[in-house]
Amino acid sequence: MSAGTMLSRAFSRIGYHVLTTNEYPSLIRGGHNLITTRISSKYFESLNKDLHILVALNKETVNLHKSELTEGSVVLYDPKDYEWKTEEFSVPVVLMGVPLTELVTQFKGPPVMRNTVALGATIAVLGAPLETLSEVIHDQFKDKKQAIIDGNIAIAKAGYDYIIEHYKDKTSMHLAPSAKREPHLVLYASEAVGLGALKAGLKFAAIYPMTPINALIAFLADHAEKMNIVYKQPEDEISGINMAIGASMAGVRSMVATSGGGFALMVEGVALSGMLEVPIVIDLGMRVGPATGMPTWTEQGELQMVIHAGHGEFPRIVLAPSDGAEAYSMTIEAFQLADYYQVPVFLLTDKYMNESQWCAPLSLFKKDVAINRGKVADESKLPADGSFKRYSVTEDGISPRSFPGMKNGVYFANAYEHNEQGYVSDDPTNRTVMAGKRLKKLETMKKDMRGPSVYGDRNADITFVSWGSSRGPVIDAIEILKNKGIPSRLVHFTWMYPFPAELTQTLLGNSKRIIDVEQNATGQLAALIREHTGIEIKEKILKFDGRPFYPEDIAEKVRNI
Amino acid sequence: MTVTSEDFKTAYKPTWCPGCGNFGIWMALKEALAKLGIGPSDGIVVYGVGCHGNMYDWMNMYGFVGLHGRTLPVAQGIKLANHSLPVIVVSGDGDGLGEGGNHFLHAAKRNPDITVILHDNQLYSLTTGQASPTAKPGFKTKSTPKGVFDAPVNPLLLSIASGATFVARAFSGNLPHLIGLMVEAVNHKGFAVLDVMQPCVTFDKEHTYDWFRQRLYQLESEGYVPDNKLKAMEKAMEWGDRIPYGILYKEQKPTSEDHESAFTAGPLVKQPLENIDLEEVLKEFI
Repeated sequence: MSAGTMLSRAFSRIGYHVLTTNEYPSLIRGGHNLITTRISSKYFESLNKDLHILVALNKETVNLHKSELTEGSVVLYDPKDYEWKTEEFSVPVVLMGVPLTELVTQFKGPPVMRNTVALGATIAVLGAPLETLSEVIHDQFKDKKQAIIDGNIAIAKAGYDYIIEHYKDKTSMHLAPSAKREPHLVLYASEAVGLGALKAGLKFAAIYPMTPINALIAFLADHAEKMNIVYKQPEDEISGINMAIGASMAGVRSMVATSGGGFALMVEGVALSGMLEVPIVIDLGMRVGPATGMPTWTEQGELQMVIHAGHGEFPRIVLAPSDGAEAYSMTIEAFQLADYYQVPVFLLTDKYMNESQWCAPLSLFKKDVAINRGKVADESKLPADGSFKRYSVTEDGISPRSFPGMKNGVYFANAYEHNEQGYVSDDPTNRTVMAGKRLKKLETMKKDMRGPSVYGDRNADITFVSWGSSRGPVIDAIEILKNKGIPSRLVHFTWMYPFPAELTQTLLGNSKRIIDVEQNATGQLAALIREHTGIEIKEKILKFDGRPFYPEDIAEKVRNI
Repeated sequence: MTVTSEDFKTAYKPTWCPGCGNFGIWMALKEALAKLGIGPSDGIVVYGVGCHGNMYDWMNMYGFVGLHGRTLPVAQGIKLANHSLPVIVVSGDGDGLGEGGNHFLHAAKRNPDITVILHDNQLYSLTTGQASPTAKPGFKTKSTPKGVFDAPVNPLLLSIASGATFVARAFSGNLPHLIGLMVEAVNHKGFAVLDVMQPCVTFDKEHTYDWFRQRLYQLESEGYVPDNKLKAMEKAMEWGDRIPYGILYKEQKPTSEDHESAFTAGPLVKQPLENIDLEEVLKEFI
């Protein structure tokens, strides 16, 4: 567990809202690694630009982030790395030298525990009780020996005490008191996907390692034994999706996860799922492409790809959660929809979401889920004369499934065009009927289709549109603009496909000024909106440098456009 | 209820060329399943794409007709979802070793309890006769008019080296022997590979039934014991005037499924999905 996680959980436990992101190059050690945590007594949606405390574990960190500091920012550093002087900063900052290395040595800890000293010191600068951190450390190491727990707590306390002793009068960072609230989870969106999958009855996952979904692999592998599921590491993504489709055809809820490059390999499997009408959930954690791109940085570049991926025409559903809480609830929704419609269902997540730690209320995860497996044949009612039709033509396009092993349920899950029993057929009438039956589901899906959500001032002249993880920064930008007397609203999409055209038309049809906000270079949502509604969005705030939006930048651009 | 080969009949007639080596494999499979007491509802066959794969239309049994080369990932997924189900893979040398080559060696190393029947005729016959990965040097095909240059993939050697725990060569022209091998392969707990020599009567005028009959000899009749990896590899490399067939290698090892603790609660497909209790897991994140 990183220092950022412990800091976030410590503050979450005493009632603060937190959000932590993790930025690093694609290297295991070395390079510049950055953890950013925002802590507030008020609810917020994204990271902002204000930097109040910079904790530097080397000289380079201070150099890289100097320009982001504001008047009164605290710089916490080890004088052994470099003796910083106030005149080296363009704004008046509070310098707090803490002998991180020396304190670790004093307590006989390994050098990597400078982190823990810094964590204790940060808690002191923020004026929070040390006990909160001690408890998090205790829970984190609860399976370890008492001596290890005590050692970690002692090192954190050394950092804490050092600040109290040397800088007590200089700390002005004390947070506003927090209100009492129900317990909150602090978790990566990837872990929220994993929890959602477990809650939805996932039984099988085949996932090839790839940033940014590795936390999901760790979560599923760690909990496989306790939760009676199988996580299998396949030899490649092609194998992964074919394994998951096999498991799903055999009757269990299955998923895969990957990023753009791995998904490129899976595409044939999407078409297979479409033809066989086998449910499958695909979590695509988007990162910067094309090709290997910038593997550890974020982007929303695969919306158009997943809508069109797979040869031939067949229905699918694409969902794009906005944060950790939605990653949980939409994963459950994805499994329910996949089973109900017997189609591939996508979860479009991204690096920013998956590797950020979100604060979400415990009650969300405790809600009951009524599992609906859709049309599954009742084994006792299958006809004994062998006339079961797995692909029977129905009004809603959905046919009953049997699972291998069910008596009298024999059929072929056939990748070739097939008749109602699964036998191959290239008869033109049969082809037209079967293709029509599958595509009929696009109509049926309308009853579950969700239109975009509206945030902010519903009567505002300015309308932002966004999807997925861009929601947070836009909502916070709306707040900034509101404080400057500029009302605005957000029309935000999480149900991406089949596209809710009529609902979108209703919401956007009379808008005076629409601004598209997306983390890609071409405005893929704007293109989708134009395709389905004819509405052309001319103003776009697009970002494709691998870094998530800051709300301040969005607000600033609105005023400048 | 006893199972007979008649139970696998469908209303469809085979579309293979008269005399095709696939007929022998198909007939042997029906007989072997009958002997094993595995009826149409009791197991599943996962088919590849190629002439071999067209078998499903005239094989009344749960079937998965997937994409070219992907039989083994699909079969492993099915087996993990329901490990009580016999899973048989009907694949070809092109399907299983060309497009599916990577899957083949990784499946072998995991040792899932799956039987692979590899229809091996050195050709892509459904696409009218191009060289397959097992095509021997000098073999003239539509894609190699001057003869194959490359070294052939040796499915037996590859299987043994990759960790398969039952490796045998069979011949579609010797039905009783083939049926016996299929029964043993399905009964074997682990990854069983049956490399079946299967003449293509349309696109190969060289490797005919007679060509094989003149060369094949049964390993068991020479007192060969299939319990040594190195000896098995030696036998796997024997190809020329004398070609061995029968079981080359066999060992008992834990299967892929044996490692899954989730199966102590029964096959995944039989486990309940309702009311999953996350209480303990949620605590880790507070």
